[in-house]
Amino acid sequence: MKSILPTQISLWRKIVNKLMTILVIVAVALAVIPLIFILGDVLLRGAAAVNLTFLTSLPAAPTSKNGGIASPLVGSFTMVGLASLFSIPIGVGAGMFFSEYSWSKLSTVSGFMNDVLTGFPSMVLGLFVFVVIVLTTKSFSAFAGAVALSFVMIPIIARTTDESLKLVPNTLREASMALGVPRWKTTFRIVVGTGKTGVLTGIILAVARATGETAPLILTAFWSTHYATNLFNQPIGSLTYLIYLYGTSGASNWETQAWGAALILILIMLALNLFVKVIIGRSLTEARMG
Amino acid sequence: MTKIERRTQNTGMPHPSMSKQDFSTAKIETKDLKARFGKVEVLKGINLKFPENSVTAIMGPSGCGKTTFIRCLNRIHELTPGAKVEGEVIMDGINIYSPNVDPVAIRRRIGMVFQKPNPFPTMSIYDNTVAGLKLNGVRDKKKLEELAERSLRMAFLWDEVKDDLNKPGTALSGGQQQRLCIARALAVEPEVVLMDEPCSALDPVATAKVEESIVALKKDFTIIIVTHNMQQAARISDFTAFIYLGQLIEFGKTSEVFEKPKNELTEKYITGKFG
Repeated sequence: MKSILPTQISLWRKIVNKLMTILVIVAVALAVIPLIFILGDVLLRGAAAVNLTFLTSLPAAPTSKNGGIASPLVGSFTMVGLASLFSIPIGVGAGMFFSEYSWSKLSTVSGFMNDVLTGFPSMVLGLFVFVVIVLTTKSFSAFAGAVALSFVMIPIIARTTDESLKLVPNTLREASMALGVPRWKTTFRIVVGTGKTGVLTGIILAVARATGETAPLILTAFWSTHYATNLFNQPIGSLTYLIYLYGTSGASNWETQAWGAALILILIMLALNLFVKVIIGRSLTEARMG
Repeated sequence: MTKIERRTQNTGMPHPSMSKQDFSTAKIETKDLKARFGKVEVLKGINLKFPENSVTAIMGPSGCGKTTFIRCLNRIHELTPGAKVEGEVIMDGINIYSPNVDPVAIRRRIGMVFQKPNPFPTMSIYDNTVAGLKLNGVRDKKKLEELAERSLRMAFLWDEVKDDLNKPGTALSGGQQQRLCIARALAVEPEVVLMDEPCSALDPVATAKVEESIVALKKDFTIIIVTHNMQQAARISDFTAFIYLGQLIEFGKTSEVFEKPKNELTEKYITGKFG
């Protein structure tokens, strides 16, 4: 029987094939080239500012060439650390609820609200914390900044936890329950134990996202050139705020330092993302060995 | 649904209460056991007695409710959203569905082996074997090692894994994984072991090994095994129950059920006329 399909690929189809390939390559280039330019630009301009004293000295007046980023760097770490302390238990807990009680109405509704929160303008989150915490305590603080950042982190952690726990096969839950293990222990030890790579990945991505946030900090942590001695009653600096402040200052010394701070921030991001790759890569090798 | 009902009428299904058997030492007994998923009634009232220290095979065509039935016996069925159970399951004189019985405690006395091998992927062979003990708070290292070896020996796996106890459980072959799951179920020292088509994902050689261990186990445990495979039921079981469309059609000694089935349906199923 003769096949109804043509035996030879027509010239036209060959041309279309080539054309589509070229289009896809152009799209990839358009997506990647700006990133390369940004990275290159930050690297070139930032590298001039970065050295050990830059990392270890306090911010200085715009007239000084020797100002550093020590206190804002510590400020960023402090607030992201505090925010992680708040958001990891809440986010992982919420994610466990979304995944393990996915049949309940409450889980569906709160899962939807979680998704809304993920896409919420972070400036508005900052405004909310400003009204609730800053106005009540009558002070900008690391605590207020951390709360605002945890609003950014919680929905990310909750959703990635939910998704990685849903990937854990139900047969493992049943195997554990059938051994007479209570449900909560099955969830903590077996389900989270099996899906922990995904949970950890979500946490690190949330940390990276929070480290790069500026908007939630403007109205909550505000800015300071000094180390904070109290986390509740004094403003605190951050890397992102420094970049925003120095970058828009018009003072050439500060602009150079803003590029340096941007380079440090990007290196932190890169490190966090590489860490995620390593974790995922390692768990894949384990899975392949298995 | 109507299609199935019509078929039932045509084949002249007997009333479920007709299965009257009396075995004095029943370890587990079901009384008018009904199960449903939402509105669909999967089990329509099953009365069965499982004699102690024996292997009982539960046969029936796909979708007849045999898996649901055995999942009712350790209260795993009710974990599925929308699943409901009515009737009684009596073990040693106690209805395990009575409100003052803790299902978690019941599941420690009634172990289960699933259709597909499901070792915990993050755990070693050793940790898989004692997972039920560790998760239930047993810390005594000596006791754990003792029970691990004993359970692995009972599952006929010890000789194959004794030098690799720290390797991941998922590194074993399919058949070995299933025997690991049997060992894991045995380690918590249950009285009854439920097996839901434990060999359906295994090749004949692996199946033979699992069957070997099942037969050896009945001196210590009461075993209830769901199987698709009639030869398997004939090979390893002492008693056989035939379930069709959520009802018990026949129960008796395996030899009798296979050689002179009382019910026409059973005979048709055994001779391969449907299924």
